[in-house]
Amino acid sequence: MSLFEARNITKQFGTFTALDNVSISVPEQCIYGLLGPNGAGKTTLIRIINQITGPDAGELFLNGQKLKPGDVQQIGYLPEERGLYKKMKVGEQALYFAQLKGLSKAEAMRRLKYWFKKLDIVDWWGKKTEELSKGMQQKVQFVITVLHEPRLIIFDEPFTGFDPVNANIIKNEILFLRERGATIIFSTHNMGSVEELCDNITLINKAKTILEGSVDDIRSKWAANEFELVFSGDVKIQGNGQYMILAQQFEEGRSTIRLKTTENVSGNEILNSVLKSGTLVSFNPALPSMNEIFIRVVESRN
Amino acid sequence: MNKISVIIKREYITRVRKKSFIIMTILAPLLMASLVILLPILMTTGNKDFKKIAVIEDGSDLFVNALHDTKEADFEYLPGANVNELIKTFDSKGYYGILYLSPEAINTPQLYSKKQPPIGILEYIQGTLQKEIEKKKLLEYNIENLDSILKQIRTTVNLSTQLVDESGVATKTSTEISMVLAYILGFLMYMLVFIFGAQVMRGVIEEKTSRVVEVIVSSVKPAQLMMGKIIGIALVGLTQFMIWVVLTAGAVGVVKATVLKKSDMTEITQNFSQNVMTENPMPAAAQSAVQTNPDLAELTQIFDKAMNQNWILIIFSFIFYFITGYLLYASIFAAIGSAVDNETETQQFMLPVTIPIILGLVVAMGTMTNPESSLSFWFSMIPLTSPIVMMARIPFEVPYWQIALSMMIMVATFIAFVWMAAKVYRTGILMYGKKSSWKELWKWLRYSG
Repeated sequence: MSLFEARNITKQFGTFTALDNVSISVPEQCIYGLLGPNGAGKTTLIRIINQITGPDAGELFLNGQKLKPGDVQQIGYLPEERGLYKKMKVGEQALYFAQLKGLSKAEAMRRLKYWFKKLDIVDWWGKKTEELSKGMQQKVQFVITVLHEPRLIIFDEPFTGFDPVNANIIKNEILFLRERGATIIFSTHNMGSVEELCDNITLINKAKTILEGSVDDIRSKWAANEFELVFSGDVKIQGNGQYMILAQQFEEGRSTIRLKTTENVSGNEILNSVLKSGTLVSFNPALPSMNEIFIRVVESRN
Repeated sequence: MNKISVIIKREYITRVRKKSFIIMTILAPLLMASLVILLPILMTTGNKDFKKIAVIEDGSDLFVNALHDTKEADFEYLPGANVNELIKTFDSKGYYGILYLSPEAINTPQLYSKKQPPIGILEYIQGTLQKEIEKKKLLEYNIENLDSILKQIRTTVNLSTQLVDESGVATKTSTEISMVLAYILGFLMYMLVFIFGAQVMRGVIEEKTSRVVEVIVSSVKPAQLMMGKIIGIALVGLTQFMIWVVLTAGAVGVVKATVLKKSDMTEITQNFSQNVMTENPMPAAAQSAVQTNPDLAELTQIFDKAMNQNWILIIFSFIFYFITGYLLYASIFAAIGSAVDNETETQQFMLPVTIPIILGLVVAMGTMTNPESSLSFWFSMIPLTSPIVMMARIPFEVPYWQIALSMMIMVATFIAFVWMAAKVYRTGILMYGKKSSWKELWKWLRYSG
């Protein structure tokens, strides 16, 4: 069953259409990628989920129930455009945001202690935000986002501003939150982290959904009939009726060849025909990266 | 509701804890009090910038010793001097100007000077010469004992005004005190509304530029955030105002104590408070003190008249107009703050907002000379100017129906403005890098939820 569902969402600003009949369905304990080029409508959709703006048409469901104003306490949101009050002390500020999410002061205090200790930022409690580096501020914002233990967490570009070490810490925390039962919507331009983290994705372009499904399905679907062969030595292969050559190159004593088969040709048949050409080192169905799929899908639509 | 109170608390506490707030709150009444003390001192010690004026009479000596040295100018009678010569050199000889009198044109004396002379000197010369000429003319009638007769008939008239209400009870008032009060109230209203309204705008811009706002509006409604901020800052303003009232009252008390004798002081102050409530005449003890000391009499009279103002009405309407006027302007300021990316961009929006406030102030100042004029009436009804203008009118007794009508219009308008501002604000705070204009704001106003 899906924890969150948006059905046929449409939103217009004046004459500009930001979302046109977009639907997403986020299964429980899933990390759901919301992808799309700049200006596609991702932020508008996220704002609608957070009830910051309302849709012109369409319905939203949380846990099978229609989304209502009180549900903001079950949602955590780390916006892309995020910040903290510069002159306010880190601890006071975290308490303030926790109270806005409906936590009592004492409960917020208890949880903050746990998280500050866990992320090793206890020393920052009494510091003003302006004294912190951008990465440090991001850590505080991460804590603020998850403090009220939301069932649905929305991260918009959570890794920007982090060095690789801290980005990894945050990545592990996100996986840990999922383990503990949270469902995550994850919006990013970093396709590497999509492959690493996401189970399902929706790709939005120009206000419309153009691709959706599980990451594995999408990759193997787009990979259809493509293989990558590596031979030792300088080996050249000619295309024939069964397959055509997409690319071949010779580097450091190895030849890498990419080929695309015509329909209904199995791997075995290809192997049979190329084995005589040289010493085969590896043979793989070539999965395209999410990056490639992203570019190809978006460009084909434009 | 609970979330609004969390927001109000933050807005209030972060502002009240600021050093600038604490300094302003303590310093402002001290400045006011020192102004109250210093102003009369400065006025009585007068102008140190003495002006020496040469007096030349053409072939007569009718006005020898007629002009006496004043605080502003010394008069030096130069018998037989030539005006045409002195006119070229008076500046280098240290004279400010030359007063030229001629028997042929006795009613039109001339004053030559390099600069425009101050009005005080002109009035003094005119008045003195006029009296002197009248005296000379009287002398020609050969009346016996003219000097003592003149002394006997000299009178000063001190017009005192009394307002009569329906039951026929007369209250001593003073137009001067009403004027001073009107000025202070009108100006204070202008300052408070403007200062705290602008604080709302800066607060909104701070949240927008630091990008805190999107995190907050995922927890609370934008309208809640806006109202929380407006109310929080209003409480800061009221806190400051209350402290000012208490400190100023204390400072005035100290001033009074140093001017009035201690023994009289206690009795008089005790009775001041009674006067406010019951409008009693001055108690005998104070009156006897008054008779012994004329300076004290004047001062006591001033206090007595000031106390006859309808303070309950004044304080009530001041707080009412502050709250509603502030809400009205603060909501406009909040909408503007939400529409811009930084403070410099606010300028194009500020002019149309500042004009009604300034206009209100100008009309309020005009109100002091004619509180019943139709201009004053209409500006005390128009909601953008009424807080300032009505406050300036109230010390002059305004019919209750006018106050009630003005207040009703005010309430209706501020509700409408808050509602519209909330709609603009909701769209504006999430809009970055867009060149905003009034037209754009109008568009946002019509966006749906």
